[in-house]
Amino acid sequence: MDTAVTAKKKWWAGGYSPFNVSYGKLMMWYFLMSDAFTFGALLIAYGTIRFSSTSWPDPNSVFRSFPGMGETNMPLVFVSLMTFILIMSSVTMVLAVHAGHMRDRKAVAKWLTWTIVGGIAFLSCQAWEWTHLFHEGAWWGRNPFPNTDGTVASTNFTNFFFTITGFHGLHVTSGVILNIVILANVLKGTYEHRGHYEMVEKVGLYWHFVDLVWVFVFTCFYLL
Amino acid sequence: MSNEATLHSQQEVMHGAHDHHDHEHHHEDSFISKYVFSMDHKMIAKQFLITGIIWAIIGAFFSVLFRLQLGFPDATFPWLESILGHWAKGGRISPEAYYALVTMHGTILVFFVLTAGLSGTFSNLLIPLQIGARDMASPFMNCLSYWFFFLASLVMMTSLFVQTGPASGGWTMYPPLSALGDASIGSKIGVDLWLTSMALFVVSQLLGGLNYISTLLNMRTKGMAMTKMPLTIWSFFFTAVLGVLSFPVLLSGFILLLMDRHAGTSFYLSDIFIAGKALANEGGSAILYQHLFWFLGHPEVYIIILPAMGMVSEVLAVSSRKPIFGYLAMIGSLFAICILAFLVWAHHMFVTGLNPFLGAFFVLLTLLIAVPSAIKVFNWITTIWKGNIHFTPASLFSIGFVSTFISGGLTGIWLGNSSIDIHLHDTMFVIAHFHIVMGVSAFFGMFAGIYHWFPKLYGRFMNQTIGFIHFWVTMIGAYLIFWPMHYEGMAGMPRRYYDISGWSSFKQFGGLNEFISIVVILVFAVQLLFVFNFFYSIFKGRKMTTQNPWNATTLEWTTPIHAGHGNWPGEIPEVHRWAYDYSKDGRDFIPQTEPIGPNESAH
Repeated sequence: MDTAVTAKKKWWAGGYSPFNVSYGKLMMWYFLMSDAFTFGALLIAYGTIRFSSTSWPDPNSVFRSFPGMGETNMPLVFVSLMTFILIMSSVTMVLAVHAGHMRDRKAVAKWLTWTIVGGIAFLSCQAWEWTHLFHEGAWWGRNPFPNTDGTVASTNFTNFFFTITGFHGLHVTSGVILNIVILANVLKGTYEHRGHYEMVEKVGLYWHFVDLVWVFVFTCFYLL
Repeated sequence: MSNEATLHSQQEVMHGAHDHHDHEHHHEDSFISKYVFSMDHKMIAKQFLITGIIWAIIGAFFSVLFRLQLGFPDATFPWLESILGHWAKGGRISPEAYYALVTMHGTILVFFVLTAGLSGTFSNLLIPLQIGARDMASPFMNCLSYWFFFLASLVMMTSLFVQTGPASGGWTMYPPLSALGDASIGSKIGVDLWLTSMALFVVSQLLGGLNYISTLLNMRTKGMAMTKMPLTIWSFFFTAVLGVLSFPVLLSGFILLLMDRHAGTSFYLSDIFIAGKALANEGGSAILYQHLFWFLGHPEVYIIILPAMGMVSEVLAVSSRKPIFGYLAMIGSLFAICILAFLVWAHHMFVTGLNPFLGAFFVLLTLLIAVPSAIKVFNWITTIWKGNIHFTPASLFSIGFVSTFISGGLTGIWLGNSSIDIHLHDTMFVIAHFHIVMGVSAFFGMFAGIYHWFPKLYGRFMNQTIGFIHFWVTMIGAYLIFWPMHYEGMAGMPRRYYDISGWSSFKQFGGLNEFISIVVILVFAVQLLFVFNFFYSIFKGRKMTTQNPWNATTLEWTTPIHAGHGNWPGEIPEVHRWAYDYSKDGRDFIPQTEPIGPNESAH
C-alpha cells in the first residue's frame, strides 16, 4: 500500500493520473455519481408526491409480517433482517478487497462468495416480501392499505414502493452478476496473472454504492 | 503496492497499442474491425458525424415540411401525398402529421444531431489527439457508445414508420398527453418507441461521457497540465460532466412515464377526463415530470452549446493568429455555466403555477448566466480584435457563432424574467430565441469544427468556395428566418399551432410566414450543398500536403496526415507550453511541443 508520494510530484502536470488511480476506478466513481442522480431523482419524485398528499399509509402497519409467522404483528422486523444481510455483505466485500490487496487468492474467493450469498439472500427476502404484498392485494396501480388518517390512499404508495425497490433490486441483481463474473476470474487466476485485484475493488465500489442506496430507500419507505 | 501495479499495467496497455501500430502492415485490420466495430476514436468520431449528418438532413427536412403548412396553409402540394401518404391527404399535411413533424424535428435536432452528432464527434476526435493520448481510456466502451446511439437511431427511425406515427406530443413529451395512449394518435406506440430510443440514447451518452472524463483527466501526455489544454478540451470536459449528471434524471423521469403508460400507475396523472370519461388515476403530478425533464433539459442546452464554444475559441485564435484572450476567464466561465446549468431549470416552468417566490430565485440564477456568457463573448471579440484574420469557412462560421450567440442570448434575458415570460411563453418569440442561441449557434460551431478539422479527419480539404456560399446564405438566412419570429411572438402568436389564419390578430403575419418558409427552403438547399461538399471532399477534395495546414500550435497537427490507430508513430510528444502561443516573440506560432527557450517567458 505504498502510495506515498515523493516530495513534490506535480500531479496535474500530465503524464500521470492526478488522483493516482486507474482510469477504470475513475470511471466507476463518475458512474456512481451518475447513478446517485438516478436514484436521487426517483426518491425526490417520491418525496414530492408524498408531501403533496394529505395523508399516507403507515409503514408500520404495512410491513409487519415475517415468513412463517402468520398474522403475528412484527413491524419492520423482516426489513431489518434484510438490511442487516445487505450490510453484512458489504462487510464481506471489504474483506474481499482487503484480501485482494494482500494478493491472497483463496481469501478473495472466499469473501467474494459470501458477498454473493448475501446478495442472493437479500434478493430472496425481497422476492418474499413482494410476493407477500402481492397476495395482500398490493401491486402497481393497486393499493389496499389505507392512509393513517383512515381515508382511502391513492395508489402512489405502492407505485413508488414497487418501482424504487424494484429498481434497487435490479441494481443488486446486476451487482450479484458482476460479482459472479469477477469470482470466476479470481478462480481462473486472471488477476493473479495480471498482478493485481483491482477489478475486485471496482465491483466492490459498486456493491457498497448499492448498499448505500438501500439505506436511503429503507429510510424513505420504511422509517419515514 | 497494488495501486502502483495497476497504474503500471495501464501504461503497458498504452505501449502495447503503440507496438501494435509499428507492425500494423503485417496484419491489416479487417473491414469489420476497421470501419464497422472500430475501436479507433478517429473512426468512431466519423461514425458519429455521418450518422449525425443523416439525422440532420431528416430533421431539417421535417422543418421544411411543417414550414410549408405554416407558410402556405391554404395551398396543396400533391407531391406531399406521394411521400407521406394518408398523412397528407390531398397534398395538405394533416394536423396529426404536423404535430409529429414538429416533435420529431425537435427530438432529432436536439438529441441526435446537436448532442450525439456534435460532442460525440468532436470529443471523440479531439480529446485523445489534443491531450496526447493514443486512444480513449476504454476504446471498447467508446465503440459501445456509438452502437448504443446507432440502436437508439434505429428505434427512433422505426417509430417514423409505424401505422399510428411517431410520438407527437412535442419534443418535451409532457404527460398527461404522452402518458395516455387514448389521448391522441401520436401518444400510442410512437411514444413507447420514443422512450425506448431515448433510454438507449442515455446509455450511449453515459458510456461516452465517462470515457471522455476519465481520458482527459488521466491520460494527458507529459507536460499537458490542465491549464495547458486547449479550450476545446475544457469545453468537452464540462459537457461530459453535464451529461453524466443530468441524463440519469431524465432516465428516471422516463421510467416513471413508461410505468404510467403500461403499469397502471399514476405518477404524473390525476383527475383526468378523456372524451368525457373520468380516469381512475389519482394523486400524481404532471408538473413532477416537467421538473425531472428540465433538470436534464436545461443542462442539455449547455451540452449542445459548450462544445461549440470550445471549438469556436480554438478556431478564432488560430485564424486571427492571436492567443485566446482571457484563457483562465474562459475556463472560469465554462465552469460557472456548468454549475448554473443545474440551478435554472424551473425557468421553463414559470407559467405552470410555480410558486412566484420560488420563481424569483430561478429568475436571479438564470440572469446570472448572462455574466459568464458575456465574459466569453467579450473574450472572443478581443481575441479577433486587431488580429490578422484569415477568412476561411471555419473562421467565418466562428464569427457567425459569436453574432448569433449575442443576438439569441439577449432575448434569453427577456425570457428569463418571469414577468415577461408570462406574456412570451409558448409564443414564436421562444422559438426565435432558442433557435438562434442554441440551434443556429451550435450548428455554426459544428460547421466551424467540421471545416477546420476536416483535414484531420480525411486528409483532404473541403471546397472553400462552396464553404463561403454555405456560410453567407446560412448566416443571412438564419437571421431572415428567426428575426421576424420575434415580432410574431411579441404579438402573441403561439408556437406549435397548425393554422393561425383563423385568428384576426395573427392573420397579419400570413405574408411574413410565407416569407420565412421560402427562406427556410433556400437555407435547407444550401445545407444539402454542404453535405455534397462534405462527401465529395472525402474522396475528391484537395489533398493535404503538410501536417499542419492552419499553422496551429496544438498536438493533433503533430500526427501524420493519415494517422493509424495509436495516433503517433513514435513516442507521444511532450508538451511544454500552453496552446495559444501565436504571434509571440516575432514568431507566427510556436507549437506546444517546443520547449520554452532560455530567453523566453511562459505566456
